[in-house]
Amino acid sequence: MGDGRPRILLAKPGLDGHDRGLKVIAYGLRDAGAEVIYLGLRRTVAQILDAAIDEDVDVIGVSILSGAHLALGRNLLAGRDERGVGDLPVVFGGTIPGRDADELRSLGAADVFGVGSELTEVIAAILRVAAHEVTAT
Amino acid sequence: MTPSRRPRPEGSAVSTDSGLTVKALYDADDIGDDLGVRLGAPGHPPFTRGPYETMYRDRLWTMRQYAGFGSGDDTNARYRFLLEQGQTALSVAFDLPTQLGLDSHHPLAEAEVGRVGVAIDTVDDMADVFDGLPLDQLSVNFTINATAPIILAFYLVTAERRGIEWDQLSGTVQNDILKEFLARHTFIYPPGPSMRLACDLVEFAATEVPRFNPISVTGYHAREAGADAIQELAFAMSSAIAYCDELVGRGLPFDSFAPRVSFHFATTLDLFEEVAKLRAARRVWHRLATERYGAQVEASARLRFFSGCSGATLTAQQPLNNVVRSTIQCMGAVLGGAQSIHVMGYDEALEIPTEEAVTLALRTQQIVALESGLTRTIDPLAGSFYLESLTDEIERAAGDLIAEIEGHGGAVAALGEGILQRWIAEKAYQTERELSTGHRPKVGVNCYTDDSDVDQLRLFEMDDAVCERQIARTRQRLERRDGREVAVALEGVVAAATTSDNVMPPLIEAARAGATLGEASAALLSVFGEYREPELW
Repeated sequence: MGDGRPRILLAKPGLDGHDRGLKVIAYGLRDAGAEVIYLGLRRTVAQILDAAIDEDVDVIGVSILSGAHLALGRNLLAGRDERGVGDLPVVFGGTIPGRDADELRSLGAADVFGVGSELTEVIAAILRVAAHEVTAT
Repeated sequence: MTPSRRPRPEGSAVSTDSGLTVKALYDADDIGDDLGVRLGAPGHPPFTRGPYETMYRDRLWTMRQYAGFGSGDDTNARYRFLLEQGQTALSVAFDLPTQLGLDSHHPLAEAEVGRVGVAIDTVDDMADVFDGLPLDQLSVNFTINATAPIILAFYLVTAERRGIEWDQLSGTVQNDILKEFLARHTFIYPPGPSMRLACDLVEFAATEVPRFNPISVTGYHAREAGADAIQELAFAMSSAIAYCDELVGRGLPFDSFAPRVSFHFATTLDLFEEVAKLRAARRVWHRLATERYGAQVEASARLRFFSGCSGATLTAQQPLNNVVRSTIQCMGAVLGGAQSIHVMGYDEALEIPTEEAVTLALRTQQIVALESGLTRTIDPLAGSFYLESLTDEIERAAGDLIAEIEGHGGAVAALGEGILQRWIAEKAYQTERELSTGHRPKVGVNCYTDDSDVDQLRLFEMDDAVCERQIARTRQRLERRDGREVAVALEGVVAAATTSDNVMPPLIEAARAGATLGEASAALLSVFGEYREPELW
């Protein structure tokens, strides 16, 4: 902690087990010099927020491929305020159709990466969020 | 619109998807002089040319589209639609709570009920799924693993209620828990008890549901998670070894269960490598069955498989291109000698498929079957210098990898240490980087891109009220049961789990008494405990 490297928490909320994408992002962020706290599968919103606060991360990244992204996203984004970390950026990835990506952004997601997102662009975007070069809309 | 064009990249032009070097030309020197021995005749050892003597000349493969969503009646409607369209068997997709032993009203099930498959809480839901469908005439595949014994119990009780004998039922229970730890991740209990449950099901089905395949050992999910063709084959065979060792260790003769062991492989886009992999798979299994387990019955060494075309090869960009990809994959499965096939919907990179997309997927199978001529003769690519050379090479490479996994103590030990998971994740990352650099061409993604808007695609619309409806229905149904009878039945499940008694009979009793899937799973959990993934990072 405190070495200036961006600290990024990656987790899969809900019950979905498809972690290929999240692991690829973890490798990519590490190769780009970030510190990755990989929380892994089947995490509740409370567990993710606890870990993010304990680990003092710059960004939370979650991946959801089961279609439950809106319900889980709503809980996670709203949960930040209840825990007093309303400005902690959250990025989403997974099978998230455009219509739902817009809704997640309007709920406060810093960015949303749907199917077909390109690896280097995703990594660069997460690092920009971590550096506060973009703020939650 | 600004189309981009790139020259054909070096890498993919000279090596297969799995990285095997490919020469510009193959000739007779590449296949050696004992090809006849390595091929054998169709339906005969070593089964390179196919598991049956007549293959598709006699009977086409089973067209089995994986489907399920919402409640039992939603899924029943989709099945009736698919059967009307000429599908020849069913394949049930379950939602995540059902796969993980949670009832629909469980807090963790919120937002997941009926999403990626049908929600099953009680036998009544199973009865809804199959309402009016001829169970004694339909082959049914269940993609279920951690809760496979409970789901099979529900299905058997459904058949019983309708007066259908269990020995008339045919189909497959996936029941391959090892690949859940490896790639798919719907595990509940730790590996040891999970293996025991899977083998209880196999042992029970061998005598009680003899026409069912009680396990489908799967390379598919590791492949979808990132593994290459050689790893896929080696992982599936290493898992098969683990199950067979456990069953033989219980004192079961290999030939008493091996003929009903089935397999599940992906078929992706590198056509020749995929066909070679599927042919090599039959040879590898034949060798294992005869040399390692001393199979006396020919059927024990005859590998039969289901092939699902690969979802990971599909793209969100230019989604209609996926129709072409799926067609190539379906052809690969047929040329590889599949017994049943699923073709993906072109919209599956984005949502569960619409009726239109599943119909087109089924039509793809029908066109390959009836119009392409691929089925006219058995194993039509045999003798191709390239294909035979690749088949040999994949057999050898997979054999080396199986030996390496054995060196780590076998599939269960290697999974426990996270070794295989790491191999898969590293391969997935490598593939993704190759896509980024264009080293691995993907039309519409890293070449020939355009700015067509994928959001114009009409996607399946999930009914958000499914969850509430399902919870209300289950509550109502639970009121009708005798609570004491349920409690006694669940005690029976705990008792069997605590000893080495087979869990299937008490699970069937619990299903008859009206126990929910969540209650039955909780009974098993109370004995076995819950598993958490090892730290891999």
